[in-house]
Amino acid sequence: MSVTYLGMPPFPEAAAAATGDERLRGNLRHATRTIRDKRAAAVAELADWSALRAAGAQIKDRTLRHLDHYLEQLEAAVTAAGGTVHWATDAQEAGEIVTRLVRATGEREVVKVKSMVTQEIGLNEALEQAGISAYETDLAELIVQLGEDRPSHILVPAIHRNRSEIREIFRERMGHWGRPAPDGLTDRPGDLAEAARLHLREKFLRAKVGVSGANFLVAETGTLVVVESEGNGRMCLTLPETLISVAGIEKVVPTWQDLEVFLQLLPRSSTAERMNPYTSTWTGVTPGDGPAAFHLVLLDNGRTDTLADQVGRQALRCIRCSACLNVCPVYERAGGHAYGSPYPGPIGAILTPQLDSMETGLDASLPYASSLCGACYEVCPVAIDIPEVLVHLRERVVQGGTATVRGERTTVRPARGHAAERAAMRAASWTFDHPRALRAGERMAARARRLVPRRLPGPGRAWTDTREVPQVPAESFRDWWRRTRGTAGGAPGSTTAHTVDDGTGAVGSTGRTGPLEDPR
Amino acid sequence: MSSRETVLGRVRRALADVPRGELPQQAPVARDYLRVHGRRSPAEAARLLAAHLADYRAQVHHSTPGGLPETVAELLVRRGARRVVTPAGVPAEWLPDGIAHLRDSAALTPLVLDTVDSVVTGCAVAVAETGTLVLDGSRGQGRRRSTLVPDHHVCVVRVPEQVVDSVPQALERLDPARPQTWISGPSATSDIELDRVEGVHGPRALDVVLVSADRWQPADGGAAQS
Repeated sequence: MSVTYLGMPPFPEAAAAATGDERLRGNLRHATRTIRDKRAAAVAELADWSALRAAGAQIKDRTLRHLDHYLEQLEAAVTAAGGTVHWATDAQEAGEIVTRLVRATGEREVVKVKSMVTQEIGLNEALEQAGISAYETDLAELIVQLGEDRPSHILVPAIHRNRSEIREIFRERMGHWGRPAPDGLTDRPGDLAEAARLHLREKFLRAKVGVSGANFLVAETGTLVVVESEGNGRMCLTLPETLISVAGIEKVVPTWQDLEVFLQLLPRSSTAERMNPYTSTWTGVTPGDGPAAFHLVLLDNGRTDTLADQVGRQALRCIRCSACLNVCPVYERAGGHAYGSPYPGPIGAILTPQLDSMETGLDASLPYASSLCGACYEVCPVAIDIPEVLVHLRERVVQGGTATVRGERTTVRPARGHAAERAAMRAASWTFDHPRALRAGERMAARARRLVPRRLPGPGRAWTDTREVPQVPAESFRDWWRRTRGTAGGAPGSTTAHTVDDGTGAVGSTGRTGPLEDPR
Repeated sequence: MSSRETVLGRVRRALADVPRGELPQQAPVARDYLRVHGRRSPAEAARLLAAHLADYRAQVHHSTPGGLPETVAELLVRRGARRVVTPAGVPAEWLPDGIAHLRDSAALTPLVLDTVDSVVTGCAVAVAETGTLVLDGSRGQGRRRSTLVPDHHVCVVRVPEQVVDSVPQALERLDPARPQTWISGPSATSDIELDRVEGVHGPRALDVVLVSADRWQPADGGAAQS
């Protein structure tokens, strides 16, 4: 099962539609710019931000380098504290485990804390097929669920909706799911939040099963941490009798002390707050306080394949803060849906294709959904060099090579659709190695320069969809050099140090030397 | 092969580049970030806590041990609370006359708690730099749900002994085996246009009473008791 949504077109097609939607662009521009300035101010408050960031990256790297050790330690600690640990190799298995656990309680409803990983594995759909209703309780997830929509942002899944759209969704849809929206609902954010409070209250109070993700899993103590704002997380984590938490294996941190780094990095990067309103931590079960049964489902679903890639594995440091989305010029214009998975923006462009082993056309297009400007790297609280991974993945798209797919070392072929690019690069490489051919080609192009179309035909068309065809000069640089700098071979020492190839293969950098006279 | 073995096997194969025999502690982590951001006296830390609590729309009040019952009673009356829950460890004398007083217990179901107006608790530690209160379920703090379902939370912080400067200092004091709730202001959301709105599912009103034996002066030199 792919991490990307079924039937999603490659990024450029989806983005072309999104960038034409003026309302969407307006909503995104407003929201991302609001949070960008606030984040900068929250980060500037801490003089040691760069040291925290480096420590965050190092703690995650330490965890990843010894992930087997920490996972076993975590499992032992959770079990000792009264929890039960389950392992899922992929999305389907995770869905089956959760379905089985819910069925065992005899319940047909669960309340859910906002969680990226349950989006990734399509848990709501899996539960629905088993006749179990999953209610999203985060305000933005509720907006998405009621609107039969898809999330478009890691932190604020309904960022593509403005307040009046949200009011319409609440008015039209809340009644189908439970308590309808109050009469005369306005589009004031405070009133919309109140409507959500009333709608969800009855669900919280009667819920017997809660489903969550986790922001951090502390290996040393078996403690889970959920960071949130609204209190819906606390409701789902403490009121039900059974709690099922699904977490990617990369969410582990070694020690309780390590939280001192992440609880400073995450809120400031995410919502630009000194601290988010609510953080819950729990270790197994506590008699008389909170759920009596606790299950932790540890999920692979492509993470070990990502771990096997020494350049790409840094994507597993991600703490899902969404700062990279908010600063990304591509995300701001294209929106989250174009990325075709629950992980949009720059992090999605490197995470989705890796979790998916680059198996869909969308996956192969995602590493190109970037201008490589580097703003994402600058703001990343765990210093993921997203541009580096993007370039690395582009290489894999075009050249193929070895990669790990579902645990097996596999030789992957170049992605489809890159044949023309590869052929062009091969031809260029040959031509640059054969100066006479290059010269002949340049002269021919110069003579035919008025015939070059504004858009290229055939396989070159995609390239000129977004670019101007460069103008062909009347004279090549080398011809100009020869004409204006006089005869070749006159310059002293030029047999070893020249950098201008005169058409005879005498390129200094290759170490070859040859006669400087034009053989013709 | 179980899924557990499959996943752990994949992890080990993926880490073929990590030298055999490397211990986890040998992967470097430089902890050269600050333990505290700035130097401040206990009174300054308490003032910073008050300022940061207020920043996120908690109401901050000052009191003395002797004046505490009066302060708490006044806050409950002002709120119009008729049913109040308190955990063991909160003296009944703090509550004004004429209100229904419920003791936090396992018998208080979410539905019962939904009929309660206010909850009064202490805390385990408060963090000045972030304006955070931490409750860990020990004496005077109650079950997690009792500070969640009622719409009004009065939290008493003993100054200076329960106040720390920073997140690292708070974690040092806390026991991870206990269930914890870190509270920074009333519940809030940024889900509509990334604009912060206070008050969603958790208590929408948070009153914090800073109790100090010295009637310490707030930064503006105003009255020590609100």
